Amino acid sequence: MSQNPETPENPVGAASPVVIQVEGVHKTFGDLHVLKGCDLTVRSGEVAVLVGPSGSGKSTLLRCINQLEEPTAGRVLVDGVVQGYRAEPLPDGRWQKLRPVEIAAQRSRIGMVFQRFHLFPHLTALANVMEAPVQVRGLPRAAAEAKARELLERVGLGDRADHYPSELSGGQQQRVAIARALAMDPELMLFDEPTSALDPELVSEVLGVLKDLAADGMTMVVVTHEMGFAREVADRVVFMDEGRILESGTAEQVIDHPRSERLKGFLASVL
Amino acid sequence: MTTTHAPDEGFTPIRAKAAPRPGTWISAVIVAALALGLIWFLVTNPVLEWGTVTTYLLDVKVVQGVGWTLLLTVLSMILGTVVALTAAIMRRSENPVLRGVSWAYIFVFRGIPVYTQLVFWGLFTVIVPKIVIGVPFGPELLSFSTRDLLTAFWAAVIGLGLNEGAYLAEIIRSGLNSVDRGQTEASKALGMSNGTILRRIIVPQAMRVIVPPLGNETIGMLKTTSLVLAVPFTLDLTFATNGIANKLFTPIPLLIVAALWYLAITSVLMVGQHYLERYFGRGFDARTPARAGGGGGRGGRSRQAAVNSAGTTPQDPLPEVEL
Repeated sequence: MSQNPETPENPVGAASPVVIQVEGVHKTFGDLHVLKGCDLTVRSGEVAVLVGPSGSGKSTLLRCINQLEEPTAGRVLVDGVVQGYRAEPLPDGRWQKLRPVEIAAQRSRIGMVFQRFHLFPHLTALANVMEAPVQVRGLPRAAAEAKARELLERVGLGDRADHYPSELSGGQQQRVAIARALAMDPELMLFDEPTSALDPELVSEVLGVLKDLAADGMTMVVVTHEMGFAREVADRVVFMDEGRILESGTAEQVIDHPRSERLKGFLASVL
Repeated sequence: MTTTHAPDEGFTPIRAKAAPRPGTWISAVIVAALALGLIWFLVTNPVLEWGTVTTYLLDVKVVQGVGWTLLLTVLSMILGTVVALTAAIMRRSENPVLRGVSWAYIFVFRGIPVYTQLVFWGLFTVIVPKIVIGVPFGPELLSFSTRDLLTAFWAAVIGLGLNEGAYLAEIIRSGLNSVDRGQTEASKALGMSNGTILRRIIVPQAMRVIVPPLGNETIGMLKTTSLVLAVPFTLDLTFATNGIANKLFTPIPLLIVAALWYLAITSVLMVGQHYLERYFGRGFDARTPARAGGGGGRGGRSRQAAVNSAGTTPQDPLPEVEL
């Protein structure tokens, strides 16, 4: 498995290992060509922010990383391991798909936070956070509970542990969702427009948690429209349009000195 | 009556008088008159023989019949639910064989009258006298006569249960489909296996949608058990009251006995359904109390109230009923 490509722009430093490597990924839904050959490398501790107009393929690219979507062509490697397929092709050139259990094991190392939270409504905040460690990792309930309380404390919701999601505000729900993802000790976190479904006054409490995570060195890929957040936290800003990555670089390069007309037009509409 | 608020709140509530609705009042009077007339007819009509009704309401045969009817209802609903859950899950499978078999089961067992099915199960021992377990085309390992295994009671349970399963399969399938796709995605993203997702996430949420029609079906089943004489199984409530009626040549009071018992059992089932709905509605229905624990187990009247109380007030003043 080729694992260590040279990336010209590497804000974190060449020393840190590559965590996510997206190679020539295409995705089609029927006649719709959503991703048209995307390459992306994210190194350990790096925060990559995907921006672009809606329908540009940001979320699809994100979902390809943890196999919620299957790439039509190309491949995704996490920690150098091909996602969804055996490492080597079969003698006839086809790729052997992994079994569902193996895919689940690969996913369990990647945390994901959704636009619409998707908390389990029949479980309390605490039980939401405990669920995967107990059911997937087989952690004893007591240990899982201690850990879940600690994580809820970390996202500022220690006193909301026994509330059901329906009793929490959107910002609180999203913070529980982040705690739920962190409970699996993920190596990287994917955020799919984590603040888009929130009332404006609740956005900052969620972005605050994201900033803390970034400061703790978590590897993150964030799809967002929050340009202020991108400028402040992103090691790299990636601009996507019509299924392609058009520009990639530091916030200063991409947001302040856009090269393409597309990006200039996009920035004019969101800033 | 409105209670006036303390003056320091700065407003006086509107003292409203309801708008006149003569049409409603007139229809209410007519309906009340008809209802009273019906009750008068029931009480005074000599053919109903209320004396006989009270005599036989607690007759040993009748009470035993109630027991058998309950047993039939419960066992066939359990069988039906298990079969239905299996069929519903098979129906969601990617494998066309599993989907096809599930579809065929529903098609056949929903399409044939339950009476016909019960007669069939009664005759099963004639159609299949012996069940043999062994190597196909090879030696027999075990064989037993179906006549010893399949008594009339179990034939009735299987007949009712398999028929019910076909209906419940559709109910359970729609319940499973009612759970938001995002729930599955979030579970997958956490690395849960399909089995875990179904068992821990999808089914508990689907139950909220499934329980009300399941309650309906259970009440329906209670009454369908009166058909088991087709098997023939002859100990249930309807058969017992019919037997007494035939002996006494007084069919009407014993029909009332049966009717009263069916109503009584239905009432009990409705209470059970209420509690099941409340249990599976937890987290969805804001009236359900939060789990007792650190939060002190409080509930709110509405989502907004819950949010407000979660953010500000330490105790909700509303008293709550623990399950």
